[in-house]
Amino acid sequence: MNDTTRDDTPRNDEAALLPPVNVIEDAAGITLYADLPGVPKDKLNLQLDADTLSIEGELVLAMPEGMSASYAEVNLPRYRRTFTLSKELDSEQAVAEFHDGVLKLRIPKAAHAQPRKIAIQAA
Amino acid sequence: MMYRSLFPRDLFAEFDRLQRELQQGIGLSPSIRGASRGFPAMNVGSAPQSVEIYAFAPGVDPASLDLQVEKGVLTISGERAPDASPEKSTVHIDERFAGRFRRTVTLPDDVDLNQVVARYQDGVLRISVPRSEAAQPRRITIK
Repeated sequence: MNDTTRDDTPRNDEAALLPPVNVIEDAAGITLYADLPGVPKDKLNLQLDADTLSIEGELVLAMPEGMSASYAEVNLPRYRRTFTLSKELDSEQAVAEFHDGVLKLRIPKAAHAQPRKIAIQAA
Repeated sequence: MMYRSLFPRDLFAEFDRLQRELQQGIGLSPSIRGASRGFPAMNVGSAPQSVEIYAFAPGVDPASLDLQVEKGVLTISGERAPDASPEKSTVHIDERFAGRFRRTVTLPDDVDLNQVVARYQDGVLRISVPRSEAAQPRRITIK
C-alpha cells in the first residue's frame, strides 16, 4: 500500500458551490457550459478520464484590507461538480475554453459512434 | 370532546413557520425588493475606506452592462445571450441564466458616489464605492 497518495488531489469532503451548467448534445458530440465566476484560469482544474468528468475551481476575489462581508450569496471559496460520461464519448479529443468565468467543454463522440447514413443499394 | 383533529395545529402551516424561522435564524432576511437570489449573484463587503460590491456575472460583455446610482440605490442591469445551439441538438441540462437581468443594492449614506470604480475580471464585476472623507476613521491627536 502506498500511503503517500497524490496530495494535490482535491479533497472531496470540503464544501463547494455547485456551478450551474448547460449540456447540449448534437450528432457529433456534447458541449458543456459551466458558470464559474471568480475563478482565474490557473485555478480551474478539469479532470477527464474514461468515464468521469470533474470540474473544480477556486475563487479568487481581490479585496481591500479590513473588509468584512455584510451580505454574501457566494459564500464558499470553491466550485465543484462531477459528471459521469457515456462510453461513446471520446474524452481524449475534448477541447476546453475558459473566458470570463464561463467554461466551454466540447467532447466529441468516438468515430464509431457518429451517425452514419447507410446507402440502400438497388436490388 | 371525543373528536381530536389529526393535524392539531395545521402541520403545513407549522412547516412554513419553521422554514421562516430557520431563514431568519441564519440571517437570510428577505429583501423588500423581492426574491433575494437571482442573476447575477451578489456579495457586499464593508471596508473602512470603501464599500465593495461583487456581482457574479460570468460570460457577460462588460460593454453591455449598465450601472446606475439613483437616490442611494445602485442598479446593475444587462443581458446575457443564450448559448449557440446547433441544428438537431438536444438540451440535456439547462441551468444557466440567459436573458435580461437587473439587480439593485441599497448603498449606505456615508459613500462618495462621484468616485465609483467598476472593473470586470474573470466574470465578476467588482464595484468599489469609496466612503466619503468625513466618514473615514481618523485618529485624533491629543494635545
